[in-house]
Amino acid sequence: MDHFTRRIRYVLKRLLQAVPIVLAIIVMNFFLLQLAEGDAVDVLAGEAGSATPEYMAELRAKFGLDQPLPVQLVLYLKNIASFDLGYSFRHEMPVLDLVLDRFFATVLLMVSTILLAVGFGVLLGLLAATGLNTWRDTAISIFALITYATPLFWVGLMLIVVFSLTLGWFPTSGMENIAAFHEGWDRVVDIAHHLVLPTITLSLFYLALYTRLMRASMLEQAGQDYVTTARAKGLTERRIMFVHVLRNALLPVVTMAGVQVGALIGGSVIVESVFAWPGLGMLAFEALFARDLNLLLGIFLLSALLVVAVNLVVDIIYSTLDPRIEVS
Amino acid sequence: MLAFWKLYRRNLSAVLGLAILLLVFAVAATAHLFFPDDPFRLAGKSMSPPGAAGFLLGSDSLGRDIAAGIAHGAKTSLLIGLLATFVAVVTGVLMGALAGYYGGWVDDLLMRTTEMFQTIPSFVFAILLVAIMKPSIESIVIAIAVVSWPAVARLVRGEFLSLKNREFVQACHTLGMGDFRIMLGEILPNCLSPIIVIGSLMVATAILIESGLAFLGLGDPNIMSWGFQIGAGRTLLRSAWWVCTFPGIAILITVLAINLVGEGLNDALNPRLRERT
Repeated sequence: MDHFTRRIRYVLKRLLQAVPIVLAIIVMNFFLLQLAEGDAVDVLAGEAGSATPEYMAELRAKFGLDQPLPVQLVLYLKNIASFDLGYSFRHEMPVLDLVLDRFFATVLLMVSTILLAVGFGVLLGLLAATGLNTWRDTAISIFALITYATPLFWVGLMLIVVFSLTLGWFPTSGMENIAAFHEGWDRVVDIAHHLVLPTITLSLFYLALYTRLMRASMLEQAGQDYVTTARAKGLTERRIMFVHVLRNALLPVVTMAGVQVGALIGGSVIVESVFAWPGLGMLAFEALFARDLNLLLGIFLLSALLVVAVNLVVDIIYSTLDPRIEVS
Repeated sequence: MLAFWKLYRRNLSAVLGLAILLLVFAVAATAHLFFPDDPFRLAGKSMSPPGAAGFLLGSDSLGRDIAAGIAHGAKTSLLIGLLATFVAVVTGVLMGALAGYYGGWVDDLLMRTTEMFQTIPSFVFAILLVAIMKPSIESIVIAIAVVSWPAVARLVRGEFLSLKNREFVQACHTLGMGDFRIMLGEILPNCLSPIIVIGSLMVATAILIESGLAFLGLGDPNIMSWGFQIGAGRTLLRSAWWVCTFPGIAILITVLAINLVGEGLNDALNPRLRERT
């Protein structure tokens, strides 16, 4: 079997493994919807102010809500399969449209956060590991310890107090200055300006995580045999650290970045609601206030699927970087 | 116990963490002595800065005492953190023990379930659970426990897998002991240290999740909590910075202290790890 078919096989196998998890998540979503008090028709009737029992029964028949549970489940699975995530009665729009509308803002925030957190985390971890047990190491470790214990929403609010309200450097909320009607390059700059504080806030927690991981990973690699070999070859310590050890130490950090995507989505709910960043998290916050469970479940389902997809992609990239993985 | 304390004492930051944590417990225990009134009560002039009008840490837009809120909030944070961790650890130990001990399809089923729970974005899941069950102490504890148990289950499963073929377990089989007696009475006591360490760190995470939920308006409406105080004060950032600032510092210090204690426990309970830097 040549290399290429083996790779295709691996990708297919991983895809197949993801199917039961996705199914289980959808089924769980269905039962959570059942657990919630009242159904869509109750919400509709409440919105309308008055509805006769006959009309409500008619509506239930129309949505299939009078069917036995297993039939409803099959109906639900069918809907999901055709990308129908239900209807938000507050926004009077299909959940899918609402979610897609906000998707870009969240992805923008998450990508910039991952870049910042991984970039600085690797740098700080490297600095700490190369200056082991000096003041530099201690200072970085204390910084990581403190950021690891700080609630995200509080950091966001404090950054607003200092950098927006007191210094006036950055806007307090939103994604762009809509009243200014920026176009083209100006608009990009405006969005980037709005992006600074939310990104810093969201990345702080992960920064601490990656710093600790990178430090530990560097120290572990520094004790390996190949380092002794490199030293015996007469390479400089600098070259050993930055060329040999650094490369190998990066691998666990890359894996961790993939695993953390789920947590990142949770963090973005908080950060987006602090900075009124118009993404999925903000939408979830609004849905929470409006008690719009259909919408909340739609966001939850989509974010869970996103995590499955990202993990899959990371696994596949990782198997390309490290061919040993295919063997097992 | 004394030998344990000697090991623990060697880690200075862990001793500091323990001291801070004891202080937080003391504040929580004496909250009703120093602030006998309901923390939701209007205690005086609204928006008083720290030190003014008899408020140590100021008051919020409704004239509620921030210091009283923090003292009563300490009770809430510790209570929810400990309860949720307890439920999560018991569930995780049970799942992990069954999976590791029996192996086979039990293991497959339980581990696939664990994987699914670990894939789901946990904070969003917690939000959803509390929103569906209506905010209350019970629903918050359940939600935090539901998103926290998988880590324990994985850990316990690993320990059980490595311990179940040891001689002492085989000896128990020969003596005719039942499965549950072997699991709970013989194997479990041998993997208590890592469970204690992971449990202590989980209390910190639970407190962070609880404060996040309360900040988003998903706290128990009848109970004062730090997250609620910050959420209620966020609209006052421009005019009254102290409303958000002090409860946040309380969360930071408490979570930091618990993390330090957890690391100290880890060092003291796993002496082999201590040699590593």
